Amino acid sequence: MIELLSESRCLACNICVKICPTNVFDEVSGGIPAIARREDCQTCFMCEAYCPADALYVSVLAERREPVDEAALVACGLLGSYRRNIGWARRPALAVRPDRPERLLFQAR
Amino acid sequence: MCCARVGGIDPIGRKLKNVANIIRLNKSAWPGHCDLSLEADVLVLGGGPAGTWAALAAARAGARVVLADKGYCGTSGATAPSGTGVWYVPPDAASRKAAKDSRDAMGGFLASRRWMDRVLNKTYTALDALAEAGYPFPVDEDGVPQRRSLQGPEYMRLMRKLVQQAGARILDQSPALELLADNADWVAGAAGVQRQSGDRWAVRAGAVVVATGGCAFLSKALGCNVLTGDGYLLAAEAGAELSGMEFSNAYGLCPAFSPVTKSAFYRWATFYHEDGSVIEGAGASSGRSLIARTLLTQPVYARLDQASPHLHESLRLAQPNFFLSFDRQGINPFTDRFPVTLRLEGTVRGTGGIRIIGDDCSTSVPGLYAAGDAATREAVCGGFTGGGSHNAAWAISSGSWAGQAAAVFSGRQALKAFARRPVRGLGEAGLQPAATHRPGLTRDDIIRAVQDEVFPLDKNLFRSEATLNESLDTLHGLWRDIRAGFADTGAEAWRGREAAAMAATARWMYAAALLRTESRGMHKRTDHPASDPRQHHRLVSGGLDDIWVRPEPVDRSEALAS
Repeated sequence: MIELLSESRCLACNICVKICPTNVFDEVSGGIPAIARREDCQTCFMCEAYCPADALYVSVLAERREPVDEAALVACGLLGSYRRNIGWARRPALAVRPDRPERLLFQAR
Repeated sequence: MCCARVGGIDPIGRKLKNVANIIRLNKSAWPGHCDLSLEADVLVLGGGPAGTWAALAAARAGARVVLADKGYCGTSGATAPSGTGVWYVPPDAASRKAAKDSRDAMGGFLASRRWMDRVLNKTYTALDALAEAGYPFPVDEDGVPQRRSLQGPEYMRLMRKLVQQAGARILDQSPALELLADNADWVAGAAGVQRQSGDRWAVRAGAVVVATGGCAFLSKALGCNVLTGDGYLLAAEAGAELSGMEFSNAYGLCPAFSPVTKSAFYRWATFYHEDGSVIEGAGASSGRSLIARTLLTQPVYARLDQASPHLHESLRLAQPNFFLSFDRQGINPFTDRFPVTLRLEGTVRGTGGIRIIGDDCSTSVPGLYAAGDAATREAVCGGFTGGGSHNAAWAISSGSWAGQAAAVFSGRQALKAFARRPVRGLGEAGLQPAATHRPGLTRDDIIRAVQDEVFPLDKNLFRSEATLNESLDTLHGLWRDIRAGFADTGAEAWRGREAAAMAATARWMYAAALLRTESRGMHKRTDHPASDPRQHHRLVSGGLDDIWVRPEPVDRSEALAS
């Protein structure tokens, strides 16, 4: 089940809202998307694959919650690992700049 | 190009007039307005492999195409998050014969050699075309491309791109709620809801391809929760029939905690009891029943300890998402024992579905075509799982045939009269209660009640007259309750339809399973453990409030029609 939508990494591009096959996310005006219907998550990892910022983490537990810690996921190389494994990202998830200048790209729309 | 424009950008006045036509004759009484009204030659429901191949074929035949997906075309369905083998067999006689023979006995000799030939031919040329379109097939040491498997995310991302390039219009997050029919009961389009905005959409079309996938009953098997049998219900409401619904009890082997039902690698597994003793005879394919029997009373563990260490890295590369479950739980599957379970994949990995009556994947209803897992796959797999390669090949082939035939059918209708004919919505169960709404029944109740009948191994995998009758009693009662007093409305209307479709699917499944008083293919009767030569036929089923099942002879001829 989806467990992490990283506030610090998210670009607010809303790709996850658009592509989630079970419509788990909601777009939030002026902010980053919300995990609105976690119970509908089918643990298919597609949002991770499509997230350009490695801001999402889907636990493999299909029926149960599993609290996760972003720093620990980065440390053990799990954040963004699916995207890398299928060849959609070349580099491991990097540490983020606190001011996230990339976000301006999406906010400007 | 001819197909770049899709109708429906009408001036307001005409749009309202069209919509008025829909509402006037619509007994399910849409709530007063339609936000998006389109016209197309071909409407494809479902954006997985079958739907995208159908859309491509229809567009290339010159049709204006709209494709509507409940989720997102590109990520929706069982293929996108997965990797799949493809029944890609070189066109030499020996290889083809071996391919056709491989599952014939397991499928209970219900497949058709002629259809297998057609699918093998179609798949072979389609995958070569996919390579030309840019799919990055790996190349072996000798420079020969390997086209026997597809990586889901890459494959479906490319299919979406090709569909768009062909000029089809894609409606994402847009579940169809009901088919539309004209006065002659020909299928004339569909109507649904954009579930993120709540907007209502309607597409008038000359023909509809149902490619909505099978039904896995919200079991959370990988990518399967969008597959709730919606297309079976839509088609049955239009008068279409089903076939092979008794072959609907596929279970995927997976880690107990995980949705990843990729079972190919369990051929290297040893299976264990909780105390660490080996379950003798248990195996991923032939010993699957023993695993199931053991799971009825106690947990089962597995370890991939029969894979020699030099294989480990290649296995990882071959199927990245198989290892996701383990990497994210800190398990080494080659050295650690982990709990496994069997997760229901229903008709997704089973073979039952909408009955097709022609080589072009037409159904018994004019204007309605079926493709992929929504259609019966008995023609290529008989009664044994079509999982993986066969279903992938079937999706490509049936999608292509259905899309092209739908385009031709639509084109034949004089002067595109379908755009002006009066139509009515056919949706009932879960959309519009027959009597007054009874607030007690929720969709969660319905879903749980259906799951209670189809998930348990001792009801669905091991079937008997007693268990089937008991389940059918419950399910028929549930159906009456749905029809009498249950409906979901607004942007949530699709959820009610999912619940109703699951209930309907379970009833067709068990009604067919009850009539087949033998074991054949994946259908196992504990009270009839052997197969019965007199039952070497297919079972066609249908009906909504009253379910019927009838035998149909199987065509076993070798000849390949031109």
